[in-house]
Amino acid sequence: MSASLVVLIIAIVIVGWAVLGYNGLVSLRNQVQNSWRQIDVQLRRRHDLIPNLVEAVKGYMQFERDTLTQVVEARAKAISAPDQGSRMAAENQITGGLGRLLAVMENYPQLKSDQNVLKLQEELTTTENQLAFSRQAYNDAVMQLNTRIESFPTNLIANNFGFKQAEYFQGAAEDQAVPKVDLSMGGRAPQPPSAPRS
Amino acid sequence: MAAAHTDFWELERRNRRETAMLVVVFVALFTALGFGLDFRFGDLAIVDGSLTGFPLLTLIALGFGVFQSLLSYYGGAALVLASVQARELAPDTPQHQMVLDVVREMALAARMPVPKAYLMSDPSPNAFATGRDPNHSIVCVTQGLIDTMDREEVQGVLGHEMAHVRDYDIRTMMMIAVLVAGVAMLADFVYRSMWYTGGVGGGGGRSSGSRDDDNSGGNAGALIGILVLVLAVLAPFFAQLLAMAVSRQREYLADAASVEFTRNPRALLRALERIAQTESPLRNASRGTAHMFIVNPLQGVRDDNEGFFANLFSTHPPLGRRIERLRAMLNEAGGEAPPTIAAAAAPTARG
Repeated sequence: MSASLVVLIIAIVIVGWAVLGYNGLVSLRNQVQNSWRQIDVQLRRRHDLIPNLVEAVKGYMQFERDTLTQVVEARAKAISAPDQGSRMAAENQITGGLGRLLAVMENYPQLKSDQNVLKLQEELTTTENQLAFSRQAYNDAVMQLNTRIESFPTNLIANNFGFKQAEYFQGAAEDQAVPKVDLSMGGRAPQPPSAPRS
Repeated sequence: MAAAHTDFWELERRNRRETAMLVVVFVALFTALGFGLDFRFGDLAIVDGSLTGFPLLTLIALGFGVFQSLLSYYGGAALVLASVQARELAPDTPQHQMVLDVVREMALAARMPVPKAYLMSDPSPNAFATGRDPNHSIVCVTQGLIDTMDREEVQGVLGHEMAHVRDYDIRTMMMIAVLVAGVAMLADFVYRSMWYTGGVGGGGGRSSGSRDDDNSGGNAGALIGILVLVLAVLAPFFAQLLAMAVSRQREYLADAASVEFTRNPRALLRALERIAQTESPLRNASRGTAHMFIVNPLQGVRDDNEGFFANLFSTHPPLGRRIERLRAMLNEAGGEAPPTIAAAAAPTARG
Protein backbone atom coordinates (compact mmCIF):
# COMPACT_ATOMS: atom_id res chain seq x y z
CA MET A 1 0.00 0.00 0.00
CA SER A 2 1.35 3.42 -0.89
CA ALA A 3 -0.26 5.10 2.12
CA SER A 4 1.56 2.83 4.54
CA LEU A 5 4.76 3.41 2.60
CA VAL A 6 4.36 7.16 3.07
CA VAL A 7 3.73 6.66 6.77
CA LEU A 8 6.81 4.45 6.98
CA ILE A 9 8.99 7.05 5.25
CA ILE A 10 7.72 9.80 7.53
CA ALA A 11 8.40 7.61 10.56
CA ILE A 12 11.95 6.92 9.37
CA VAL A 13 12.60 10.61 8.77
CA ILE A 14 11.29 11.52 12.23
CA VAL A 15 13.33 8.83 13.96
CA GLY A 16 16.43 9.79 11.96
CA TRP A 17 15.99 13.43 12.91
CA ALA A 18 15.48 12.52 16.58
CA VAL A 19 18.66 10.42 16.57
CA LEU A 20 20.69 13.24 15.03
CA GLY A 21 19.22 15.79 17.41
CA TYR A 22 19.87 13.57 20.43
CA ASN A 23 23.46 12.87 19.41
CA GLY A 24 24.06 16.56 18.83
CA LEU A 25 22.87 17.31 22.36
CA VAL A 26 25.04 14.57 23.83
CA SER A 27 28.08 15.89 21.98
CA LEU A 28 27.46 19.43 23.25
CA ARG A 29 26.90 18.20 26.80
CA ASN A 30 30.21 16.32 26.64
CA GLN A 31 31.93 19.44 25.39
CA VAL A 32 30.54 21.37 28.34
CA GLN A 33 31.73 18.68 30.77
CA ASN A 34 35.13 18.48 29.14
CA SER A 35 35.55 22.26 29.23
CA TRP A 36 34.64 22.21 32.91
CA ARG A 37 37.31 19.57 33.58
CA GLN A 38 39.85 21.78 31.79
CA ILE A 39 39.02 24.62 34.18
CA ASP A 40 39.43 22.28 37.12
CA VAL A 41 42.83 21.09 35.84
CA GLN A 42 44.07 24.67 35.62
CA LEU A 43 42.78 25.55 39.09
CA ARG A 44 44.61 22.59 40.61
CA ARG A 45 47.77 23.40 38.71
CA ARG A 46 47.59 26.92 40.07
CA HIS A 47 47.23 25.61 43.61
CA ASP A 48 50.41 23.60 43.11
CA LEU A 49 52.32 26.55 41.71
CA ILE A 50 51.50 29.12 44.38
CA PRO A 51 53.70 27.77 47.22
CA ASN A 52 56.69 27.50 44.87
CA LEU A 53 56.22 31.01 43.57
CA VAL A 54 55.79 32.51 47.01
CA GLU A 55 58.89 30.67 48.21
CA ALA A 56 60.89 31.93 45.22
CA VAL A 57 59.93 35.60 45.40
CA LYS A 58 59.51 36.30 49.10
CA GLY A 59 63.20 36.95 49.55
CA TYR A 60 63.07 39.73 46.96
CA MET A 61 59.73 41.22 47.82
CA GLN A 62 59.70 42.05 51.54
CA PHE A 63 57.49 45.04 50.86
CA GLU A 64 54.74 43.01 49.23
CA ARG A 65 54.02 40.74 52.20
CA ASP A 66 50.33 41.63 52.08
CA THR A 67 49.91 40.56 48.45
CA LEU A 68 51.72 37.31 49.10
CA THR A 69 49.75 36.46 52.25
CA GLN A 70 46.49 37.27 50.48
CA VAL A 71 47.24 34.77 47.73
CA VAL A 72 48.35 32.09 50.15
CA GLU A 73 45.27 32.54 52.34
CA ALA A 74 42.91 32.50 49.38
CA ARG A 75 44.54 29.28 48.21
CA ALA A 76 44.03 27.68 51.62
CA LYS A 77 40.39 28.76 51.57
CA ALA A 78 39.87 27.35 48.07
CA ILE A 79 41.35 23.99 49.02
CA SER A 80 39.29 23.60 52.20
CA ALA A 81 36.10 25.09 50.72
CA PRO A 82 33.03 23.07 51.75
CA ASP A 83 31.00 23.79 48.62
CA GLN A 84 31.36 24.88 45.02
CA GLY A 85 30.15 28.43 45.65
CA SER A 86 32.70 29.33 48.31
CA ARG A 87 35.43 27.53 46.40
CA MET A 88 34.80 29.69 43.34
CA ALA A 89 34.76 32.83 45.46
CA ALA A 90 38.19 31.87 46.84
CA GLU A 91 39.46 31.01 43.35
CA ASN A 92 38.39 34.44 42.16
CA GLN A 93 40.36 35.97 45.03
CA ILE A 94 43.41 34.01 43.91
CA THR A 95 43.01 35.29 40.37
CA GLY A 96 42.83 38.86 41.63
CA GLY A 97 45.75 38.41 44.02
CA LEU A 98 47.97 36.75 41.43
CA GLY A 99 47.18 39.48 38.91
CA ARG A 100 48.39 42.08 41.41
CA LEU A 101 51.40 39.95 42.35
CA LEU A 102 52.48 39.52 38.73
CA ALA A 103 52.01 43.25 38.19
CA VAL A 104 54.12 44.31 41.18
CA MET A 105 56.79 41.79 40.25
CA GLU A 106 57.56 44.15 37.37
CA ASN A 107 58.91 46.60 39.96
CA TYR A 108 61.63 44.17 41.03
CA PRO A 109 64.22 43.98 38.27
CA GLN A 110 66.28 41.51 40.35
CA LEU A 111 63.56 38.93 39.72
CA LYS A 112 64.34 39.06 36.02
CA SER A 113 67.75 37.55 36.59
CA ASP A 114 66.46 34.64 38.66
CA GLN A 115 65.97 31.72 36.25
CA ASN A 116 63.78 29.88 38.72
CA VAL A 117 61.48 32.86 39.15
CA LEU A 118 61.27 33.43 35.40
CA LYS A 119 60.32 29.81 34.88
CA LEU A 120 57.64 29.98 37.55
CA GLN A 121 56.44 33.28 36.18
CA GLU A 122 55.95 31.78 32.71
CA GLU A 123 54.20 28.77 34.20
CA LEU A 124 51.89 30.95 36.22
CA THR A 125 51.23 33.24 33.28
CA THR A 126 50.22 30.38 31.02
CA THR A 127 48.13 28.79 33.78
CA GLU A 128 46.23 32.04 34.24
CA ASN A 129 45.76 32.35 30.48
CA GLN A 130 44.72 28.73 30.10
CA LEU A 131 42.26 29.26 32.92
CA ALA A 132 40.82 32.31 31.18
CA PHE A 133 40.61 30.53 27.82
CA SER A 134 39.11 27.39 29.35
CA ARG A 135 36.48 29.52 31.02
CA GLN A 136 35.78 31.29 27.76
CA ALA A 137 35.52 27.93 25.97
CA TYR A 138 33.29 26.58 28.75
CA ASN A 139 30.93 29.53 28.52
CA ASP A 140 30.81 29.25 24.72
CA ALA A 141 29.97 25.55 25.04
CA VAL A 142 27.29 26.31 27.65
CA MET A 143 25.75 28.92 25.40
CA GLN A 144 25.62 26.46 22.50
CA LEU A 145 24.09 23.73 24.64
CA ASN A 146 21.51 26.04 26.22
CA THR A 147 20.55 27.55 22.87
CA ARG A 148 20.06 24.08 21.46
CA ILE A 149 18.02 22.95 24.45
CA GLU A 150 15.77 25.99 24.21
CA SER A 151 15.24 26.18 20.48
CA PHE A 152 12.49 24.44 18.60
CA PRO A 153 12.37 21.63 17.62
CA THR A 154 15.39 20.29 19.52
CA ASN A 155 13.71 21.34 22.79
CA LEU A 156 11.24 18.44 22.31
CA ILE A 157 14.11 15.94 22.40
CA ALA A 158 15.89 17.78 25.21
CA ASN A 159 12.76 17.77 27.39
CA ASN A 160 12.01 14.12 26.74
CA PHE A 161 15.49 12.92 27.56
CA GLY A 162 16.13 15.21 30.49
CA PHE A 163 18.86 17.49 29.11
CA LYS A 164 19.44 20.26 31.64
CA GLN A 165 20.67 23.72 30.82
CA ALA A 166 24.23 24.23 32.05
CA GLU A 167 25.29 27.13 34.22
CA TYR A 168 27.68 29.82 33.06
CA PHE A 169 30.94 30.31 34.87
CA GLN A 170 30.79 33.76 36.35
CA GLY A 171 33.85 35.42 37.75
CA ALA A 172 33.59 37.99 40.52
CA ALA A 173 33.12 41.58 39.42
CA GLU A 174 36.67 42.32 40.52
CA ASP A 175 37.90 39.33 38.56
CA GLN A 176 36.37 40.67 35.37
CA ALA A 177 38.65 43.68 35.58
CA VAL A 178 41.79 41.58 35.60
CA PRO A 179 43.12 41.21 32.09
CA LYS A 180 44.59 38.06 30.68
CA VAL A 181 48.11 38.16 31.97
CA ASP A 182 50.68 39.45 29.57
CA LEU A 183 53.98 40.12 31.26
CA SER A 184 55.77 41.40 28.22
CA MET A 185 53.19 44.15 27.87
CA GLY A 186 53.15 44.99 31.56
CA GLY A 187 49.38 44.94 31.99
CA ARG A 188 47.03 46.22 29.35
CA ALA A 189 43.41 47.21 29.38
CA PRO A 190 40.99 44.31 29.10
CA GLN A 191 39.20 43.94 25.81
CA PRO A 192 35.46 43.56 25.91
CA PRO A 193 34.59 40.11 24.61
CA SER A 194 33.22 41.09 21.26
CA ALA A 195 33.18 38.38 18.68
CA PRO A 196 33.35 40.07 15.32
CA ARG A 197 32.84 37.22 12.92
CA SER A 198 32.01 37.71 9.34
CA MET B 1 27.95 32.47 19.09
CA ALA B 2 25.53 29.82 17.98
CA ALA B 3 25.82 31.32 14.52
CA ALA B 4 29.61 31.11 14.72
CA HIS B 5 29.28 27.45 15.54
CA THR B 6 27.21 26.80 12.44
CA ASP B 7 29.74 28.72 10.37
CA PHE B 8 32.47 26.46 11.61
CA TRP B 9 30.59 23.29 10.68
CA GLU B 10 29.87 24.78 7.30
CA LEU B 11 33.56 25.60 6.79
CA GLU B 12 34.55 22.11 7.81
CA ARG B 13 32.05 20.56 5.38
CA ARG B 14 33.27 22.80 2.59
CA ASN B 15 36.85 21.76 3.25
CA ARG B 16 35.98 18.07 3.22
CA ARG B 17 34.19 18.61 -0.09
CA GLU B 18 37.04 20.57 -1.61
CA THR B 19 39.62 18.00 -0.56
CA ALA B 20 37.55 15.19 -2.07
CA MET B 21 37.15 17.18 -5.28
CA LEU B 22 40.84 17.90 -5.42
CA VAL B 23 41.68 14.20 -5.08
CA VAL B 24 39.13 13.21 -7.75
CA VAL B 25 40.48 15.81 -10.20
CA PHE B 26 44.01 14.73 -9.45
CA VAL B 27 43.32 11.01 -9.99
CA ALA B 28 41.31 11.79 -13.15
CA LEU B 29 44.22 13.83 -14.49
CA PHE B 30 46.61 10.97 -13.95
CA THR B 31 44.22 8.46 -15.50
CA ALA B 32 43.75 10.69 -18.56
CA LEU B 33 47.48 10.87 -18.96
CA GLY B 34 47.76 7.08 -18.73
CA PHE B 35 44.98 6.76 -21.27
CA GLY B 36 46.82 9.02 -23.71
CA LEU B 37 50.06 7.13 -23.17
CA ASP B 38 48.24 3.86 -23.80
CA PHE B 39 47.31 5.10 -27.26
CA ARG B 40 50.76 6.31 -27.97
CA PHE B 41 52.91 3.53 -26.47
CA GLY B 42 50.60 0.81 -25.11
CA ASP B 43 48.19 -1.56 -26.83
CA LEU B 44 45.13 0.64 -26.88
CA ALA B 45 43.83 1.55 -30.34
CA ILE B 46 40.65 2.36 -32.14
CA VAL B 47 39.92 -0.40 -34.65
CA ASP B 48 36.74 -0.10 -36.73
CA GLY B 49 35.37 2.54 -34.38
CA SER B 50 35.69 0.51 -31.21
CA LEU B 51 38.31 0.57 -28.52
CA THR B 52 40.57 -2.48 -28.41
CA GLY B 53 43.55 -3.57 -26.35
CA PHE B 54 44.32 -3.77 -22.64
CA PRO B 55 44.65 -0.33 -20.99
CA LEU B 56 47.72 -1.28 -18.96
CA LEU B 57 49.22 2.20 -18.68
CA THR B 58 45.81 3.68 -17.80
CA LEU B 59 45.49 1.27 -14.88
CA ILE B 60 49.05 1.92 -13.76
CA ALA B 61 48.41 5.65 -13.87
CA LEU B 62 45.13 5.25 -11.97
CA GLY B 63 46.90 3.16 -9.35
CA PHE B 64 49.67 5.71 -9.10
CA GLY B 65 47.16 8.54 -8.71
CA VAL B 66 45.35 6.72 -5.91
CA PHE B 67 48.62 5.76 -4.25
CA GLN B 68 49.88 9.35 -4.47
CA SER B 69 46.62 10.62 -2.93
CA LEU B 70 46.83 8.19 -0.02
CA LEU B 71 50.47 9.02 0.48
CA SER B 72 49.63 12.73 0.49
CA TYR B 73 46.84 12.24 3.00
CA TYR B 74 48.78 10.16 5.49
CA GLY B 75 52.32 11.38 4.85
CA GLY B 76 51.64 14.92 3.63
CA ALA B 77 52.40 16.61 6.93
CA ALA B 78 55.75 14.84 7.22
CA LEU B 79 56.59 15.78 3.63
CA VAL B 80 55.69 19.42 4.21
CA LEU B 81 57.75 19.54 7.41
CA ALA B 82 60.70 17.92 5.65
CA SER B 83 60.47 20.33 2.74
CA VAL B 84 60.71 23.36 5.03
CA GLN B 85 63.28 21.59 7.23
CA ALA B 86 61.35 21.93 10.46
CA ARG B 87 62.13 20.13 13.69
CA GLU B 88 59.99 19.55 16.74
CA LEU B 89 60.00 22.42 19.19
CA ALA B 90 61.59 21.44 22.52
CA PRO B 91 61.06 23.38 25.75
CA ASP B 92 64.80 24.06 26.03
CA THR B 93 64.71 27.85 26.24
CA PRO B 94 62.24 30.21 27.94
CA GLN B 95 61.07 31.48 24.54
CA HIS B 96 60.40 27.98 23.25
CA GLN B 97 58.53 27.18 26.46
CA MET B 98 56.45 30.32 25.93
CA VAL B 99 55.51 29.27 22.39
CA LEU B 100 54.55 25.78 23.57
CA ASP B 101 52.44 27.32 26.33
CA VAL B 102 50.68 29.66 23.91
CA VAL B 103 49.93 26.72 21.61
CA ARG B 104 48.15 25.05 24.55
CA GLU B 105 46.32 28.26 25.38
CA MET B 106 45.00 28.69 21.86
CA ALA B 107 44.04 25.02 21.60
CA LEU B 108 41.96 25.47 24.77
CA ALA B 109 40.36 28.62 23.40
CA ALA B 110 39.47 26.81 20.17
CA ARG B 111 38.32 23.68 22.05
CA MET B 112 40.67 21.60 19.91
CA PRO B 113 43.33 18.99 20.73
CA VAL B 114 46.79 20.47 21.29
CA PRO B 115 48.80 20.41 18.04
CA LYS B 116 52.44 19.40 17.90
CA ALA B 117 54.71 22.42 17.62
CA TYR B 118 57.57 22.62 15.12
CA LEU B 119 60.30 25.14 14.50
CA MET B 120 61.87 26.37 11.26
CA SER B 121 65.25 27.98 11.75
CA ASP B 122 64.56 31.02 9.60
CA PRO B 123 65.00 34.66 10.61
CA SER B 124 61.85 35.80 8.80
CA PRO B 125 58.79 35.84 11.13
CA ASN B 126 56.15 33.48 9.78
CA ALA B 127 54.06 30.43 10.73
CA PHE B 128 51.84 27.75 9.27
CA ALA B 129 49.66 24.84 10.35
CA THR B 130 49.27 21.48 8.67
CA GLY B 131 48.03 17.93 9.22
CA ARG B 132 45.15 15.77 8.05
CA ASP B 133 42.74 16.55 10.93
CA PRO B 134 42.72 18.29 14.32
CA ASN B 135 43.91 15.11 16.04
CA HIS B 136 46.98 15.01 13.80
CA SER B 137 47.62 18.73 13.57
CA ILE B 138 50.92 20.53 13.56
CA VAL B 139 51.78 24.18 13.96
CA CYS B 140 55.14 25.44 12.80
CA VAL B 141 56.74 28.79 13.63
CA THR B 142 60.01 30.31 12.47
CA GLN B 143 62.89 31.26 14.72
CA GLY B 144 62.34 34.82 13.47
CA LEU B 145 58.82 34.81 14.87
CA ILE B 146 60.03 33.63 18.26
CA ASP B 147 62.81 36.21 18.30
CA THR B 148 60.76 39.23 17.29
CA MET B 149 57.29 38.71 18.75
CA ASP B 150 56.03 39.12 22.27
CA ARG B 151 53.50 36.87 23.94
CA GLU B 152 50.47 38.82 22.79
CA GLU B 153 51.57 38.74 19.15
CA VAL B 154 52.41 35.03 19.28
CA GLN B 155 48.90 34.46 20.66
CA GLY B 156 47.39 36.28 17.70
CA VAL B 157 49.44 34.28 15.19
CA LEU B 158 48.77 30.91 16.84
CA GLY B 159 45.08 31.78 17.20
CA HIS B 160 45.04 32.25 13.43
CA GLU B 161 46.73 28.86 12.97
CA MET B 162 44.30 27.16 15.39
CA ALA B 163 41.45 28.51 13.26
CA HIS B 164 42.96 26.74 10.23
CA VAL B 165 43.13 23.57 12.35
CA ARG B 166 39.53 23.84 13.56
CA ASP B 167 38.09 24.57 10.12
CA TYR B 168 39.99 21.70 8.44
CA ASP B 169 41.83 24.22 6.26
CA ILE B 170 44.99 22.35 7.17
CA ARG B 171 43.83 19.24 5.33
CA THR B 172 42.87 21.05 2.14
CA MET B 173 46.01 23.16 2.20
CA MET B 174 48.24 20.16 2.82
CA MET B 175 46.68 18.15 -0.01
CA ILE B 176 47.06 21.13 -2.32
CA ALA B 177 50.69 21.53 -1.33
CA VAL B 178 51.55 17.88 -1.92
CA LEU B 179 49.35 17.26 -4.95
CA VAL B 180 50.33 20.50 -6.68
CA ALA B 181 53.87 19.25 -6.41
CA GLY B 182 52.60 16.00 -7.96
CA VAL B 183 50.94 17.82 -10.83
CA ALA B 184 54.09 19.82 -11.47
CA MET B 185 56.00 16.55 -11.57
CA LEU B 186 53.51 15.12 -14.04
CA ALA B 187 53.79 18.13 -16.32
CA ASP B 188 57.55 17.86 -16.15
CA PHE B 189 57.35 14.21 -17.11
CA VAL B 190 55.19 14.94 -20.14
CA TYR B 191 57.50 17.73 -21.30
CA ARG B 192 60.47 15.45 -21.03
CA SER B 193 58.89 12.46 -22.77
CA MET B 194 57.79 14.84 -25.52
CA TRP B 195 61.35 16.06 -25.82
CA TYR B 196 62.82 12.57 -26.08
CA THR B 197 60.34 11.26 -28.66
CA GLY B 198 60.53 14.36 -30.79
CA GLY B 199 57.17 15.87 -29.92
CA VAL B 200 53.96 14.05 -29.13
CA GLY B 201 51.53 16.35 -30.84
CA GLY B 202 54.00 18.06 -33.14
CA GLY B 203 52.99 16.83 -36.60
CA GLY B 204 49.40 15.65 -37.17
CA GLY B 205 49.63 12.14 -38.63
CA ARG B 206 53.31 11.61 -38.04
CA SER B 207 54.21 8.81 -35.75
CA SER B 208 57.53 7.71 -34.43
CA GLY B 209 58.61 4.28 -33.30
CA SER B 210 56.07 1.91 -31.90
CA ARG B 211 52.80 2.65 -33.62
CA ASP B 212 53.52 3.21 -37.32
CA ASP B 213 51.50 0.16 -38.38
CA ASP B 214 48.01 1.53 -37.74
CA ASN B 215 47.30 4.83 -39.41
CA SER B 216 43.89 5.65 -37.92
CA GLY B 217 45.02 4.63 -34.46
CA GLY B 218 48.08 6.80 -34.94
CA ASN B 219 45.89 9.78 -35.79
CA ALA B 220 43.62 9.24 -32.81
CA GLY B 221 46.70 8.69 -30.69
CA ALA B 222 48.18 11.95 -31.88
CA LEU B 223 44.91 13.75 -31.15
CA ILE B 224 44.77 12.35 -27.63
CA GLY B 225 48.46 13.15 -27.33
CA ILE B 226 47.65 16.79 -28.04
CA LEU B 227 44.88 16.72 -25.46
CA VAL B 228 47.22 15.24 -22.89
CA LEU B 229 49.79 17.87 -23.70
CA VAL B 230 47.28 20.70 -23.35
CA LEU B 231 46.10 19.18 -20.10
CA ALA B 232 49.63 18.86 -18.83
CA VAL B 233 50.46 22.43 -19.74
CA LEU B 234 47.31 23.80 -18.16
CA ALA B 235 47.28 21.52 -15.11
CA PRO B 236 49.87 23.33 -13.01
CA PHE B 237 48.30 26.63 -13.94
CA PHE B 238 44.87 25.48 -12.78
CA ALA B 239 46.32 23.84 -9.71
CA GLN B 240 48.00 27.11 -8.83
CA LEU B 241 44.82 29.08 -9.44
CA LEU B 242 42.94 26.65 -7.21
CA ALA B 243 45.48 27.03 -4.45
CA MET B 244 45.14 30.79 -4.65
CA ALA B 245 41.37 30.90 -4.91
CA VAL B 246 40.83 28.73 -1.89
CA SER B 247 43.30 30.35 0.42
CA ARG B 248 42.55 34.07 0.29
CA GLN B 249 39.10 33.92 1.86
CA ARG B 250 40.46 31.44 4.39
CA GLU B 251 42.99 33.98 5.63
CA TYR B 252 40.30 36.57 6.39
CA LEU B 253 38.20 33.94 8.16
CA ALA B 254 41.14 32.69 10.18
CA ASP B 255 42.02 36.28 11.15
CA ALA B 256 38.46 36.73 12.43
CA ALA B 257 38.55 33.42 14.29
CA SER B 258 41.87 34.35 15.89
CA VAL B 259 40.15 37.40 17.36
CA GLU B 260 37.28 35.17 18.48
CA PHE B 261 39.78 33.00 20.39
CA THR B 262 41.94 35.73 21.89
CA ARG B 263 39.04 38.20 22.35
CA ASN B 264 41.72 40.72 21.51
CA PRO B 265 41.98 42.15 17.96
CA ARG B 266 45.19 43.90 18.94
CA ALA B 267 47.13 40.62 19.24
CA LEU B 268 46.98 39.65 15.57
CA LEU B 269 46.96 43.27 14.45
CA ARG B 270 50.31 43.90 16.13
CA ALA B 271 51.70 40.61 14.81
CA LEU B 272 50.75 41.36 11.20
CA GLU B 273 52.13 44.88 11.48
CA ARG B 274 55.37 43.47 12.75
CA ILE B 275 55.52 41.05 9.83
CA ALA B 276 54.73 43.92 7.43
CA GLN B 277 57.86 45.64 8.66
CA THR B 278 60.14 42.76 7.77
CA GLU B 279 61.03 42.29 4.15
CA SER B 280 63.13 39.15 4.20
CA PRO B 281 61.61 36.17 2.39
CA LEU B 282 61.71 32.66 3.76
CA ARG B 283 64.54 30.50 2.44
CA ASN B 284 62.77 27.16 2.54
CA ALA B 285 59.32 28.12 1.32
CA SER B 286 58.49 27.23 -2.25
CA ARG B 287 55.55 27.90 -4.55
CA GLY B 288 54.21 24.54 -3.40
CA THR B 289 54.01 25.52 0.26
CA ALA B 290 53.61 29.31 0.09
CA HIS B 291 49.83 29.23 0.51
CA MET B 292 50.13 27.53 3.90
CA PHE B 293 51.86 30.36 5.72
CA ILE B 294 50.12 33.09 7.70
CA VAL B 295 51.74 35.68 5.45
CA ASN B 296 53.05 34.97 1.98
CA PRO B 297 56.68 33.92 2.50
CA LEU B 298 57.87 34.59 -1.06
CA GLN B 299 59.54 37.85 -1.89
CA GLY B 300 57.99 39.95 -4.61
CA VAL B 301 54.68 38.14 -4.36
CA ARG B 302 53.67 40.03 -1.29
CA ASP B 303 52.10 43.23 -2.54
CA ASP B 304 49.07 45.33 -1.89
CA ASN B 305 47.66 45.55 -5.36
CA GLU B 306 43.96 44.88 -5.36
CA GLY B 307 43.37 44.69 -9.11
CA PHE B 308 41.68 41.75 -10.78
CA PHE B 309 44.92 40.06 -11.78
CA ALA B 310 46.56 40.78 -8.47
CA ASN B 311 43.62 39.06 -6.80
CA LEU B 312 43.69 36.16 -9.20
CA PHE B 313 47.35 35.40 -8.77
CA SER B 314 48.05 35.92 -5.11
CA THR B 315 47.63 33.26 -2.43
CA HIS B 316 47.10 35.76 0.35
CA PRO B 317 44.96 38.84 0.73
CA PRO B 318 47.08 41.98 0.83
CA LEU B 319 48.59 42.42 4.28
CA GLY B 320 47.41 46.04 4.34
CA ARG B 321 43.83 44.95 3.78
CA ARG B 322 44.00 42.39 6.58
CA ILE B 323 45.46 44.96 8.94
CA GLU B 324 42.64 47.36 8.01
CA ARG B 325 40.02 44.76 8.86
CA LEU B 326 41.59 44.00 12.23
CA ARG B 327 41.81 47.70 12.94
CA ALA B 328 38.09 47.97 12.23
CA MET B 329 37.41 45.12 14.69
CA LEU B 330 39.54 46.87 17.28
CA ASN B 331 37.58 50.09 16.85
CA GLU B 332 34.34 48.18 17.17
CA ALA B 333 35.61 46.66 20.40
CA GLY B 334 36.39 50.15 21.65
CA GLY B 335 40.10 49.51 22.06
CA GLU B 336 42.84 51.88 21.09
CA ALA B 337 45.07 51.05 18.19
CA PRO B 338 48.77 50.79 18.94
CA PRO B 339 49.99 54.04 17.39
CA THR B 340 53.71 53.54 16.96
CA ILE B 341 53.81 50.36 14.93
CA ALA B 342 50.73 51.42 13.00
CA ALA B 343 52.34 54.62 11.79
CA ALA B 344 55.34 52.70 10.58
CA ALA B 345 53.33 49.95 8.92
CA ALA B 346 51.21 52.05 6.60
CA PRO B 347 54.03 53.07 4.23
CA THR B 348 55.46 49.52 4.14
CA ALA B 349 52.33 48.39 2.37
CA ARG B 350 54.04 47.15 -0.73
CA GLY B 351 56.35 44.37 -1.85
